[in-house]
Amino acid sequence: MVELMTDYLEDALSARDKARFEEHIAGCDGCSAYLEQMRTTMRLAGRIPDEPIPQRLQDELLRVFRSWKSEHQT
Amino acid sequence: MQASRSEPELDALRRGDETAFVDVLRRYHGALMRLAMTYVQNPQIAEDVVQDAWLTAIRSLDSFAGRSSLKTWISGIVINIARARRRKESRLVSLASVFTDYADRRRPTVDPSRFGGDGAWRELPRPWENVPESSLIGKEMLGRIKSAIDELPPKHREVIVLRDVAQLDATEVSNLLGISPENQRVRLHRARAAVRKSLEEYLS
Repeated sequence: MVELMTDYLEDALSARDKARFEEHIAGCDGCSAYLEQMRTTMRLAGRIPDEPIPQRLQDELLRVFRSWKSEHQT
Repeated sequence: MQASRSEPELDALRRGDETAFVDVLRRYHGALMRLAMTYVQNPQIAEDVVQDAWLTAIRSLDSFAGRSSLKTWISGIVINIARARRRKESRLVSLASVFTDYADRRRPTVDPSRFGGDGAWRELPRPWENVPESSLIGKEMLGRIKSAIDELPPKHREVIVLRDVAQLDATEVSNLLGISPENQRVRLHRARAAVRKSLEEYLS
């Protein structure tokens, strides 16, 4: 059951398997807790704080972008 | 073939909008660095990879057909450059990875001892609903997730970084990595299950 969790979350199960999966989850505390934990894991992975771009790199790339722009507009 | 979609961000870059460019640089940097670090371990080299990817992207802004989102496109460039940087190792890894995918489909992601002979949970996972949201998204917890992701095998790490951290969609990720949708799901499943396990250990 736990090995089907991602297929379920990705909506990759057939209609029949999906119905059976949901029926099982509804009656199984362990699997429903596990499914929620998988959802939380996904959600938190999207919240990892981003490393800020170093100013030096940002300036350098902006300089290249500007020169692209000026070539582009002439 | 997907029709070219209208993306306000891409249009702004093509117009030479500097504010939009800096905004995109800042927003994508973290995810692109993590993606590059999947292939090259040295942060300085990863930063060079990200820089080269942007240089390539700027040069190709006019020719980019817009068949994928801007984020997917730049992620693809990062992957290509990062892979080229470690070409030698990746050749050795690629054949092994074919076997890994087959083996992965069989290996359980949850310790079989947690289930009884009838397949029912012997020891139930403790729901996290009572963990306050502020601790879940706190620095320690997110740090824990970050290290759990860093410890994954590269093939699993790249998929979870693209899907759950950078939040690209499944089709885009399968195409980027040149793997079947099924293998993409298998790797994603193993990655998520390993990170979940690490959080469970941390919270218990």
